[in-house]
Amino acid sequence: MIVLPWYRQDGLFSGASALFQGFGGNAWLLPGVVLALASAGLSLQPGWRKGTAAMVLVVASMALLVGQGFAVGLNGPNWPGIVAHFPAAAEGQTGLGWGGFIAGLALLGLLSELLAARGFCRGERFASGAVVIIVALLVLFVFFPILKLGSAAFISPDGGFALVEFWGRLSAPELWRLNCFQGTGRCGVVINTVILGTLAALLSTLLGLALAMLVARTNFRLKRTLRAISILPIITPPFVVGVAIIVLFGRTGVLTQLGADIFDVRPTRWVYGLPGILMAQVLAFAPVTFLVLLGTLEAINPTLEEASTTLGARPMKTFRTVTWPLLRPGLAAAFLLAFIESLADFGNPLVLGGGYEVLSTKIFFAVVGARYDLGNAATLAMILLSLTLVAFWLQMRWLGNKSYVTVTGKSDAGLAAPVPQVIKVAAIALIVPWVAFTIGVYLIVVGGGFVTDVGRLDLSPTFSHIVTAFSFEFGENGLRLYGSAWDSMITTLWVSAIAAPLTTVIGILTAWLVARQDFAGKKAFEFGTMLSFAIPGTVVGVSYVAAFNVPPVDITGTMAILVICFMFRNMPVGMRAGMAALSQIDRSMEEASQTMGAGGLATLRNVVLPLIRPAIFTALVYSFVTAMTAVSAVIFLVSARHNMATAYIMGRVENGEYALAIAYSAVLMLVMIVCVVLIQFVVGQRRLGRRKELQGAGPAPAE
Amino acid sequence: MSGFGVTGAQAQSGELVLYCSVAEEWCRVMSEAFERETGIEVLMTRKSSGETYAQIKAEEGQPRGDVWWGGTGDPHLQAAQEGLTAEYQSPMLAELNDWAVSQAETSGYRTVGIYAGGLGFGYNSDLVTENPPACWADLLNEAYENDVQVANPNSSGTAYTLLATMVQLMGEDEAFAYLAKLHNNISQYTQSGSAPIRAAATGETAIGIVFMHDAVAQAVQGAPIVTVAPCEGTGYEVGSMSIIEGGPNPDNARVWYDWALTPAAQELGASANSFQVPSNANSATPDAAPKLADIKLIDYDFALYGSSEERSRLLARWDAEIGSLPQ
Repeated sequence: MIVLPWYRQDGLFSGASALFQGFGGNAWLLPGVVLALASAGLSLQPGWRKGTAAMVLVVASMALLVGQGFAVGLNGPNWPGIVAHFPAAAEGQTGLGWGGFIAGLALLGLLSELLAARGFCRGERFASGAVVIIVALLVLFVFFPILKLGSAAFISPDGGFALVEFWGRLSAPELWRLNCFQGTGRCGVVINTVILGTLAALLSTLLGLALAMLVARTNFRLKRTLRAISILPIITPPFVVGVAIIVLFGRTGVLTQLGADIFDVRPTRWVYGLPGILMAQVLAFAPVTFLVLLGTLEAINPTLEEASTTLGARPMKTFRTVTWPLLRPGLAAAFLLAFIESLADFGNPLVLGGGYEVLSTKIFFAVVGARYDLGNAATLAMILLSLTLVAFWLQMRWLGNKSYVTVTGKSDAGLAAPVPQVIKVAAIALIVPWVAFTIGVYLIVVGGGFVTDVGRLDLSPTFSHIVTAFSFEFGENGLRLYGSAWDSMITTLWVSAIAAPLTTVIGILTAWLVARQDFAGKKAFEFGTMLSFAIPGTVVGVSYVAAFNVPPVDITGTMAILVICFMFRNMPVGMRAGMAALSQIDRSMEEASQTMGAGGLATLRNVVLPLIRPAIFTALVYSFVTAMTAVSAVIFLVSARHNMATAYIMGRVENGEYALAIAYSAVLMLVMIVCVVLIQFVVGQRRLGRRKELQGAGPAPAE
Repeated sequence: MSGFGVTGAQAQSGELVLYCSVAEEWCRVMSEAFERETGIEVLMTRKSSGETYAQIKAEEGQPRGDVWWGGTGDPHLQAAQEGLTAEYQSPMLAELNDWAVSQAETSGYRTVGIYAGGLGFGYNSDLVTENPPACWADLLNEAYENDVQVANPNSSGTAYTLLATMVQLMGEDEAFAYLAKLHNNISQYTQSGSAPIRAAATGETAIGIVFMHDAVAQAVQGAPIVTVAPCEGTGYEVGSMSIIEGGPNPDNARVWYDWALTPAAQELGASANSFQVPSNANSATPDAAPKLADIKLIDYDFALYGSSEERSRLLARWDAEIGSLPQ
């Protein structure tokens, strides 16, 4: 506070400290300095942790920190009347620097210390600290941006309330009109979005179910191939699938031409719009629904189905009355996931949309296009967020309060009922075209980067696209990278490599807090962490732009904002994986550790973490891969200095340079596979060690 | 919290943040050549000129770019008028063609012409075999229903040039009536100005309205594209360059500015399949480039149509009367 620079200037480390600034004219910083000195003085006295004075002081300091940050904007005061007290406020202040952030962090540390002394988290200092810091981070990077975005929808740029404008934007006919049902033109954007989401979710759930049935309940031969193919879309960068679909089904696409020749009709642009987007989304989401449904299907206790068969029910009746009802939670979860993904999907509608507008693209153009209109973007983002929340609510309603528990302590030695023949045939009939389609798309993705122009079907082989993207040479100044893709590639790798471990740490820590600690407000805490998962990426992107391009937290255009964005978007996945793993581990080992006198941190490090390594691996891989392929939030946050691979690919696709985009995507997929194998290699070795540990240390946990 | 340190060294090291509004390929060739010649590292972003204008406007408080190179002149003039770009008189001005110097004079030396090119359209000769279109009026033919593409004038300078050209050629109300009729044949308003001709080259659309040099570029690369200079006459662009006011590396920005006006730098365009007419009188015009002398050019009023009020007014009218029409 006294030494480190308060403001972010040319660099974070240059610049004056708060003390210096305080006397140098920005007098509003002085009370903070005084409070800091008072706290330091107080902490010299014994027993200060329990005193009321310390609490008052810390709360006052925090209020001051937040207050001063928001009171004075970049170019002047945000609240009138401040200038009267602090003349220098008229000149404004920039974002916080290291000093400001460390002061904030120190205050949070003090607060958690004081709370623990008062019995919060049963006096566990580490847990108390973790809760306080995670809550602060969630407030800063999840709730604050959303609130700011919400207010941008209601408040006009010059500061007044703009309820009339808000209502005008909200009720605009271009959002809600239903013309497509009456055959008089296109529907509104919201209607389009809902239609697309529902269809995409229905079809992907159906396809996922067919896949899961074949893999879990039949002796279908190509099971392994199916599993392998279903992983592909997860590591595929956005846009490429859209481009491959254009190459196949566009007006001059291979298959469209073929169809036109056979039926002797003029080839059309039929794929642009709903059909194309739907195709691309189903291809991308079916694997996700497959994994969800496979889990549900495998967890159904076979004794129930066996009982039904023994009682004389035909396979179809067993399926309808036993299996299907038990699948309901899985179906709901799969449908919801696909629906949310479809709402948030941005790449496919952009490439294949034609004139079919959805909310995510509309939001993008309201922020990035020449018609920059944050108010409109905020309104649209609010609508998108409400749609997501309604979907969540409907899912809860449908599942109701019925019990779906079939895995109990009792023996479940039954045999799973085979799928009725009709359903098996139907599933195969669904799967075969899907597999053929997937293979076709990925052939183009692999091959398209190495031919002259895949869009015009000029198939002479070439390496020129790879050279354009990744050329380099050794000159007198050492290695120089001239390829146009290097910058974005390096940034992407850095961001993913930094974000993945951080995401894992915060996710697992949160899981541990929720599963193993008791503290006031735990339910709200859990809900808060899940909220960041429910918010569509586009909304996150816009809200970050609205919240962080002005002081006090001025981080747009930096790499930090990209890392932070990924951390809070992917943390719920690490958290879920961690909670699932923790629920399988008996508490007694941790209790033993604590009885022996180990604190929360030591128990977490020595007992819990070694036992949940698979969950750590899942969280690492997921957050790494998502950071490499995500586009919806990132597209708003990239800058000339920190461009991401997906944003670069999007530019190439928009400009029609399909071959370059495809070549880059192929390289990106290769890099991802290598990285995942590397992570697996590291964690895999440890896993062997863990087995030994378990055998040796199992009976007598912890020393 | 370690991430906050990343913004660190933003000082005047050997860097230049370039906002580039021509074809990506040309942006790349230019950045690479500049890096080789000066050792200054170029951080380049390619965006349409309308989008770049919007970005510079949005970053007004804290400019993050140094030079805005390329793109149609109108948004450059608007930025100049609003003080978003800095005044600079390059020693190279004396070598430039009149139209390039007059662009600089119109803006009070806040921008300068770097190339010129006429507006026209290109059609795919595999798809359009009978009665090839030769005039603007031919594009209204019902045979081309859902088969013409042009960019959205809000994001693309190319499309704004079309709008301004029609207003100057026909009168404002007639121009909007024409565009409303043309709307029936438009399959999609793209973001990027040159995307329509790329779509025509692959056969995704039959006709793309673009600058003629963009159509020529596709033909040179082997696409079945025929370039048309419309018979009624047409407008043209003076592609421009501006230094962003308050950018992080002003010295390097001037180094780029002077370098980009030299014949050597301007002749790089042809190697990147860009066939504009360069602004330096000593630069060789590529053979394939459509010669301005061969085109019936209107007397394009850059000062008026590059002004903030006129541009905003025309775009608002386009949004209200054309952009909102059902497709």
